[in-house]
Amino acid sequence: MPSWKEHLPSIGTLGPFLALLMACVFFSFQSEQFLTGANFSLILQQVMVVGLIAIGQTLIILTAGIDLSCGMVMALGGVVMTKVSHDYGVHPIVAIFAGFAVTAGFGLINGLLVTRIKLPSFIVTLGTMNIAFAITQLYSQSQTITDLPAGMTFLGTTFSIGQTEVAFGTVLMLAMYGIAWLWLRETAQGRHIYAVGNNPEATRLTGIATHRVLLMVYVLAGLCYGIASLLSVARTGVGDPNAGQTENLDAITAVVLGGTSLFGGRGIVIGSLVGAMIVGVFRNGLTLMGVSSVYQILITGILVILAVATDQLSRKGGR
Amino acid sequence: MLHTRTHLAIATVIGAIALPTFASEPIIGLITKTETNPFFVKMKEGATAEAKAKGAKLLSAAGKTDGDNAGQVTAIENMIAAGAKTILITPSDSKAIVPSIKKARDKGVLVIALDSPTEPIDATDALFATDNYKAGILIGEYAKASLGGKPVKIATLDLFPGHPVGAQRHNGFLQGFGLKSFDAKNNELAKPAEVVCMADSFGDQAKGQTAMENCLQKNPDINLVYTINEPAAAGAFNALKKAGKEKGVMVVSVDGGCQGIKDVAAGKIAATSQQYPLKMAAMGVAAGVEYAKTGKKPSGYTDTGVTLIAAKPAAGVDSKDTKTGMDLCWGNK
Repeated sequence: MPSWKEHLPSIGTLGPFLALLMACVFFSFQSEQFLTGANFSLILQQVMVVGLIAIGQTLIILTAGIDLSCGMVMALGGVVMTKVSHDYGVHPIVAIFAGFAVTAGFGLINGLLVTRIKLPSFIVTLGTMNIAFAITQLYSQSQTITDLPAGMTFLGTTFSIGQTEVAFGTVLMLAMYGIAWLWLRETAQGRHIYAVGNNPEATRLTGIATHRVLLMVYVLAGLCYGIASLLSVARTGVGDPNAGQTENLDAITAVVLGGTSLFGGRGIVIGSLVGAMIVGVFRNGLTLMGVSSVYQILITGILVILAVATDQLSRKGGR
Repeated sequence: MLHTRTHLAIATVIGAIALPTFASEPIIGLITKTETNPFFVKMKEGATAEAKAKGAKLLSAAGKTDGDNAGQVTAIENMIAAGAKTILITPSDSKAIVPSIKKARDKGVLVIALDSPTEPIDATDALFATDNYKAGILIGEYAKASLGGKPVKIATLDLFPGHPVGAQRHNGFLQGFGLKSFDAKNNELAKPAEVVCMADSFGDQAKGQTAMENCLQKNPDINLVYTINEPAAAGAFNALKKAGKEKGVMVVSVDGGCQGIKDVAAGKIAATSQQYPLKMAAMGVAAGVEYAKTGKKPSGYTDTGVTLIAAKPAAGVDSKDTKTGMDLCWGNK
């Protein structure tokens, strides 16, 4: 069973914050435009799609699973909500919920295949990743959907806090992280997710319906991808059938950089936001410095290996 | 992007079955970078129509993503197995594909590169493509003429490092604007003092937006934006609009997709250089049929043309209006 130990800051949980802090200090010396509220609001907007996908991905990785389909399902959700709104002229809210239904439906399929047929999540989501991609292309005929109603792109608009323009989508993302964090920490359901990730057999023997927990996790993750679709549509102003291809692995990268263990049962969801921010800060900072984007990819690669190595070492040494 | 293998398998099976039945029809293979980019969708459309008109059989395949060389190698092998006598290919990786192309040519297959060259360029029998350097020059000249003598602060939203098409458009644009630049053979991006921010957009709208946002952070006085293609331009416009700067900043681009031309008409993009994928493919298929009939191989580089499309003409620069652009565009009208 989970214990108070999870809430103690360890290297695994402090590391991501330190890395983000160090990157910020470094860039603030390199570029005077870096350390401003406007710039940070911007980075948050740039990471909001990956950030929301990463919430769903965190839930799944906490159960020692992985979801390779996340980006493709997100793209499908975006195409469905924009096309439903554009082609059938229904109210944006209805169209948005149609998108949510499709992404949550994909989560349900993933969850059922993992729990009922006991397929490894890696294989299941490898399959559904392809399926979601193909459906996205077929349904959209590989065409970008434009001319969207304002209601659909509302989350991309901004309001002012003092001098700084903040996007509504950013607020939604931060709120979602707050909710996910409290839910995982304070509710029995949340604790069950950690338990399933730590030791599914022991958890089952204590009388918890592990299958139901897993199924719930996959559906909730699908729902997160749906909200990410909405953020993606709001940010770019279009339904893009080729979206999600980089977000797919970026989300897993964010979770890993955030210190959530790929072996399950350990991690805090806020870490995934920090992980997404690390990638966003490097991309922003290197552009301000005038350095090629390839360095961002290089640094991200190194950090991912460091993060997993830290997790592995603390696991060996710790418990 | 990931369903290509299935398509290849199906294409091979169909090819194998079809071979004995339609032995008299020349088989022509078309291998694009991806199945899903509207540019390549249009290319396939052009090839299909031309093949039908000329009585040839068209097989098509693609890599999984832009840059997927292994997928294209598999496609070449399968096309040869299916009996293709001509292969048209848009190389994803200009160098890595060369050995596979050599194998095909050694078997007597005519190989034509479409859209972008291989390295070395004579690894294929011929190249039918847009002159990307010229495409850049046209928008550079347009920007220069429209802005008059106004001092400029330029942001360039490029493709990704080391890609020749990205370098040619970028350097051509600066050349056309009359700034210090490199020639068409150089794959390095020129950076005269007027260029205050360079960022990679990967030709993608979301990344183009991010790149432009970061550039505006770096220098809020940017008043001219060059973008590698129109999705990147649309992203740049989004970023400018959010910053309340869409009025005073000129965005120019290359490609000429239908959505891009619409964005020109709407004033989001000032001008774009339009290229013609349909024509590239149709010319490729025609050359393949000619080869099957007479054994005559095309050679060297054929410019498939590029046209400057602008909503407002600039003095001294030849451009066509958006109506002409819409008639000739590719993608969803």
